[in-house]
Amino acid sequence: MTYITKPALHHPSLTQNKVGYTRRDYEGRVSTLCAGCGHDSISAAIVQACWELDIEPHRVAKLSGIGCSSKTPDYFLGASHGFNTVHGRMPSVLTGANLANRELIYLGVSGDGDSASIGLGQFANAMRRGVSMAYIVENNGVYGLTKGQFSATADKGSKSKKGVVNNDSPIDLVGLALQLGATYVGRSFSGDKDQLVPLIKGAIGHGGAAFIDVISPCIAFNNHSGSTKSYDYVREHNEAVSRIDFFTSRDEIVTQYEPGEVVEVEQHDGKTLRLRKLHNDYDPSDRYGALSYINEHQARGEVVTGLLYLDPDATDLHASLNTSDTPLAAFDSKQLCPGSDALKKLNASLR
Amino acid sequence: MKAIEAINDFVIKFANVNGSGSASANELFAKAILRMGVPVSPRNIFPSNIQGLPTWYEARVCEKGYLGRRGGVDLMVAMNPQTWDADIAEIEPGGYLFYDSTRPIPESKFRPDINIIGIPLTEISNATYTDPRQRQLFKNIIYVGALSMLLAVDAEVFEKLFAEQYKGKEALLDSNIRALHLGRDYVTKNMKAPLGIRVQKADKVGDQIFTDGNSAAALGCVYGGATVAAWYPITPSSSVPEAFQKYCDKYRTDPSTGLNRFAIVQAEDELASIGMVVGAGWNGARAFTATSGPGISLMAEFIGLAYFAEIPVTIINVQRGGPSTGMPTRTQQSDLLACAYASHGDTKHVMLLPEDPYECFEFGAVALDLADRLQTPIFFMTDLDIGMNQRLSKPFVWDDARTYDRGKVMTAEELEAGKDFGRYKDVDGDGIAWRTLPGTHPTKGAYFTRGTTRDPYARYSERGPDYIYNMERLLRKFATAADMVPQPVFDKAPKKTKLGVIYFGSTSPAMKEGLDILNAEGIHLDAMRLRAFPFPASVEAFIAEHEQVYLVEQNRDAQMHSILVNELSIDPAKMIKVLHYDGTPITARFITDYIRTYLEAGASAASKTKKQKEVA
Repeated sequence: MTYITKPALHHPSLTQNKVGYTRRDYEGRVSTLCAGCGHDSISAAIVQACWELDIEPHRVAKLSGIGCSSKTPDYFLGASHGFNTVHGRMPSVLTGANLANRELIYLGVSGDGDSASIGLGQFANAMRRGVSMAYIVENNGVYGLTKGQFSATADKGSKSKKGVVNNDSPIDLVGLALQLGATYVGRSFSGDKDQLVPLIKGAIGHGGAAFIDVISPCIAFNNHSGSTKSYDYVREHNEAVSRIDFFTSRDEIVTQYEPGEVVEVEQHDGKTLRLRKLHNDYDPSDRYGALSYINEHQARGEVVTGLLYLDPDATDLHASLNTSDTPLAAFDSKQLCPGSDALKKLNASLR
Repeated sequence: MKAIEAINDFVIKFANVNGSGSASANELFAKAILRMGVPVSPRNIFPSNIQGLPTWYEARVCEKGYLGRRGGVDLMVAMNPQTWDADIAEIEPGGYLFYDSTRPIPESKFRPDINIIGIPLTEISNATYTDPRQRQLFKNIIYVGALSMLLAVDAEVFEKLFAEQYKGKEALLDSNIRALHLGRDYVTKNMKAPLGIRVQKADKVGDQIFTDGNSAAALGCVYGGATVAAWYPITPSSSVPEAFQKYCDKYRTDPSTGLNRFAIVQAEDELASIGMVVGAGWNGARAFTATSGPGISLMAEFIGLAYFAEIPVTIINVQRGGPSTGMPTRTQQSDLLACAYASHGDTKHVMLLPEDPYECFEFGAVALDLADRLQTPIFFMTDLDIGMNQRLSKPFVWDDARTYDRGKVMTAEELEAGKDFGRYKDVDGDGIAWRTLPGTHPTKGAYFTRGTTRDPYARYSERGPDYIYNMERLLRKFATAADMVPQPVFDKAPKKTKLGVIYFGSTSPAMKEGLDILNAEGIHLDAMRLRAFPFPASVEAFIAEHEQVYLVEQNRDAQMHSILVNELSIDPAKMIKVLHYDGTPITARFITDYIRTYLEAGASAASKTKKQKEVA
């Protein structure tokens, strides 16, 4: 239904952000997903996060793989370049794009089939390289576009709409991201905008490999009883360990917290991320502690959400490769070509 | 007994054990002959192995400058007991066997019709050196020294080469010179030198350079402005990105900041390599990957995306023997069909066909220009024979006035001025649409790149007319490419003839020699060397102008024949397939035998000349 164009007229009272854009300027085409799809809520959260961060839409590059989730970049940030790549291979394309121009913000959108099944290798390797990006998996545990087959994140014992029980162990992308060296790891729920928007904002400002697994119920094929990715199931089993309050460094702290309850982290983009711990025993700076906490709760059927891990000193692939501050795509022959004199010397050394 | 007599025209083959350090000694030997002003063309014949298996280095010394493999061996340096019997059998009657005589070898292991030169290399080395590794390495230099005496190569040439190589490392310099003279002195004291085959100073090398095609291709990518390279290790292409790294370290570091103006990633597989190159190309950087056949198979889906979404991509394919894992360390031209029509659906891709290091350098830069200009994958089709062997070629040339052709990239100013932007719209009639780079303009020029069908303004569309418009435009673009790619090179026979021959890539040196041989026999052929696909009109015209056209390829299925027949209106029966595909580089002997026999006795007799020679 992409031929339906949205009205271009904006309500005059819409609030502008610091760079002069209203929320509407961050929207895209009309979604062609099913009504009530969790993915549309995530798109709305991305719109909200980018607007609140005062990002100019055209400074974002949005990349995706194939599947329902991967169609969504067409439905937000219409003024950004987007790239709907091939199934499971968004991470490599994003990596290459990032190498070419380090000045843009990279948003990777993928699904559970795209990242955990066909694209597990690329997901893993992008995390270990520390590609600077906000990588969002819209996780519903099924293949929607091909009508309801299990994906690799479906929990063992969960039931498909047709009543088939999944016998395979699930792949936990959060656990993998933690093991593989991602420096910002979160999990959220498409139905919890208050939690999700700040998580996305934190991921965008992070400056390293940031990963968010967002449980996003599939209204058509995975929202029944017996599913562990349904709205009801996630609401009942959601175990939030933290809330991000996100402030710019100039903002005053207005709320008083108990000592030890708040962690403040300076972000890559100069802003301060304030993390409010909801569980006293949860330490979001402990990668291995986070892993075992998540595993223990998962074993009890609980879905641990929030910002699960954050390395404030994260670096990225450009740091590892020692690349210039100027985007590689911006250089011309003067800066790149060694010229004929160097070639003459080289010829001489080959005789 | 007969002893082959030949000055500046012989083949020497070194039979070694992989990992014994022989490669650098053998290369030193080849370079010394070049410094005598005599052309030499060496070839590594090596197994897919790191240590212990047999490896050979075959060098053809040829004052006339023929750089193809000749076939046959005049002097065998038999340093590997494992392959002794086969190595001895390969020597031409009247040829020479050079071996390590430290341990006695039974009479029955030799041949009566060859000349035997035994030197106690191990004994000499062990008497001089105590360290086991040194004993091995200097044994190699000792045999080079002995050979230099036997073949009349001047000691000063080696001394100068050592001096260049070990500048600042005087201890190594002295010990190498010492080892060289141990070999020379032994020959002087104990035998008659030089042999009937020998080197004589000449002036036939000129300003040519001696390098391998993979390094040259990498250098071409540096000069051509590639900033992103992503790759996955695979023989025989790995030395392309490794050389790119080396040259970038040398030429591409910002002098003031020490930061790199390049990014090289060793990816987790070929899918990721091509994915990164596609991402970088989409985002405005010049990017390439290097791979071989199996990698191309893995990349197929991305190649289709780059074709259909129109992303500049350069893929260097250093071909090896296929199918499947095939012969990883042997040479073939057998990925032509896999690349020309890579990926599902209707696709066609540009292929460049370099013949030597000079063209590898030149085409490296050309490929990057064409990728940007045509917004499509460019296949750079080299092979193991060109890529991994050092070859004499014209020196590299770069014109400082040359700038990069970035193709049709719409700027923020043009967008601001209201220039119509249809990402997949043919506004210039050449089938090439304008593109924008991400981040160009706040409100104009953004589009959603995808592998699905779309209308000229990049809006998703499955309408038949939109689809046809796009597919026809892509064909138009391909036709445009035919005149932009390197054009064929023609070599007219000295006499008017109805016969033609078509060849390409690493067949060049063998073909050049073959044409001379046939001309001398009164068999005249006009020759056309293909340098790219798609084919410009001159290719069809050449075939039309001749009654019979031989098509020389290094694959079983006559893949170029299929492509020519598929793309042009020609009678397939008119083109005679000359196919060499045993994994060794094609020879002039093979080509001339085939054509001569075909002309004299017809097709079935000619096919019997195609003896698949055993390599070992």
